[in-house]
Amino acid sequence: MWDYTDKVMDHFTNPRNVGKIDDYDGIGEVGSLACGDALTLTFKLDNKGRITDAKFQTFGCASAIASSSVLTEIIKGMTIEEAEKVTNQQIADKLGGLPEQKMHCSVMGQEALEAAIAYYRNKGKTAPHKEGKIVCTCFGVTDLEIRRVIQENDLTTVEQVTNFCKAGGGCGGCHGEIEHILQDVQGKKNNQQTPVTAVRHKKLSNIQKIQLIQETIREQIRPVIRSHGGDLELVDVEGSKVIVALRGMCASCKMADVTMKDLVQAKLREFVTEDLVVEEQKDTAQL
Amino acid sequence: MNSVIYMDNNATTRVDPEVLQEMMPYLSDYYGNPSSMHTFGGQVGGKIRKARQQVAALLGCEPDEIIFTSCGTESNNAAILGTLSIVPHKRTVITTRVEHPAVLSPCRSLEQHGYRIVELSVDKQGVLDLAELESAITEDTAIVSVMYANNETGVIFPIEKIASMCKAKGVTFHTDAVQAAGKIPLNLKLSNIDMLSLSGHKLHAPKGIGVLYVRRGTRLSPYLLGGHQENNRRGGTENVPGIIALGKACEIAMRYLDDENTRVRALRDKLEAQILATCTDCMVNGDADNRLPNTLNISFEYIEGESILMMMDRFGICASSGSACTSGSLEPSHVLRAMGVPFTAAHGSIRFSLSRYNTEQEVDYVAEKLPPIINRLRELSPFAAKK
Repeated sequence: MWDYTDKVMDHFTNPRNVGKIDDYDGIGEVGSLACGDALTLTFKLDNKGRITDAKFQTFGCASAIASSSVLTEIIKGMTIEEAEKVTNQQIADKLGGLPEQKMHCSVMGQEALEAAIAYYRNKGKTAPHKEGKIVCTCFGVTDLEIRRVIQENDLTTVEQVTNFCKAGGGCGGCHGEIEHILQDVQGKKNNQQTPVTAVRHKKLSNIQKIQLIQETIREQIRPVIRSHGGDLELVDVEGSKVIVALRGMCASCKMADVTMKDLVQAKLREFVTEDLVVEEQKDTAQL
Repeated sequence: MNSVIYMDNNATTRVDPEVLQEMMPYLSDYYGNPSSMHTFGGQVGGKIRKARQQVAALLGCEPDEIIFTSCGTESNNAAILGTLSIVPHKRTVITTRVEHPAVLSPCRSLEQHGYRIVELSVDKQGVLDLAELESAITEDTAIVSVMYANNETGVIFPIEKIASMCKAKGVTFHTDAVQAAGKIPLNLKLSNIDMLSLSGHKLHAPKGIGVLYVRRGTRLSPYLLGGHQENNRRGGTENVPGIIALGKACEIAMRYLDDENTRVRALRDKLEAQILATCTDCMVNGDADNRLPNTLNISFEYIEGESILMMMDRFGICASSGSACTSGSLEPSHVLRAMGVPFTAAHGSIRFSLSRYNTEQEVDYVAEKLPPIINRLRELSPFAAKK
């Protein structure tokens, strides 16, 4: 059971400012049903540019609801410029702290506020699609978002990054990349853990190549596919052609072609050799 | 009414007062070691023998087919790893995607060591495809391990059919029956199951005691190496109070087997019917016809499980959830995902698991308190509002 503070329980059981302002000046919608939490934040400004009203709707756990509720209290009365400076740590502090694994709830609040301010600034246009490169495919977290939580909260480990923005909390396939970003941002080597990076193999014998393909499937590819409810089996290797079969939920998935190219082939090229071409064996008997 | 309404019996159960009474002297006065060469220690051995008979009676097997272990997890590890070391040339393990971590984790660790792990999928009802299992069994298969009943949904698998299939193919079959034992009748004499795991604290014995049933003639290499205990099949000084408690708990479980399948089932069915009648956008997870009599897994769309649990907790109602937030991980239950339950419903899943201690009054209380909680959380949710 989580060790929630009385403040968290108070805001969870008696949330303030629930709802949606009809004639809002700013709206921020972050998260999704798939991710397990989502927040819609709306605010209204007075003629002096101060936030006079703020309301929220949240799908999520007790700390997500409490973070949203306390956020509306924090920003009421602030100017846009002041609201812009609100950090996730402020949200957590106002609640008397959050369990480390729940810090992403405070980050969600900050992101919603940021999106709502961007909406207001763009005069009613929803903020452009989020920038950066997706690092964590399970939760759709970009490198920019990861950099930001590292910087603002002075994070040093992959586990902390997961606690703060969920990146790396699914299949774990991106842990190496998060480690890279951590090293880059922190500007120093975190030498406890060597990140998983591709090692180029100059010349591979057939048996070495097959072993390496199997290893890459086992360690890099299968965890991702499993987390989406499927599985992948190596059927055969003919020269540079790798024949695989998708199983489980992935076999009937419309995204299977994308998975093949973006995930399987890319990973095999990265970890084995660059000339590999992946083909899917269509098992008609299974259809 | 009790201040706590405990409907989380698939997680753990209340120790039966009769069980507690039976074990207490062995925590205080009779602390001897059954292996000792003096009467003070030796007298404990007789009680262990009796407990072994009581467990065997519940399972319908011989006392010498019972190995006492420390928990269900140990039993599962011992069955799988102990079989593999007997047949080192066979490198495939067949299991399912909905097993408990006590089976899945050792399997995935084996995969890192070069074993081929076949995880059978289930359909939307959580039901296995036996044809898929049959075609998966090959010469290379060392062991098939399929749970008797699922801990989250309560779905019961056709274990006898699977056991016969494995027998016909000459493959060892193990079943994790931690959730089934004491809830549905078992008779291993009439069965082709080779090994079966059981856990004490799921049937009103204390935590820290488990059983691995090993059919006579089944070859198994010991998992815990040590002294000669358990006929050289499991080293380590016996957990004497735990064993005695489990024996008593099994004896009582036999008495209550009918009650479990009539009265407890009726309570579960009533709870299910009332929730479905009073809450919108909810659905029962798992095959309703082949389900443990005590288990109800139900999803509430657009809201999140941890919030529901925390709200119920304020009324003293104890249940559990397959949502991401309650697991400490960020992803919802692997069982519900394997069944293809949409994320909208998986995050809002609640499991009520009853026991013989629950009353109709408690069911009515939960059925009364739950709808306002669901409605309140939906008022907070952006998705329910959009609908």
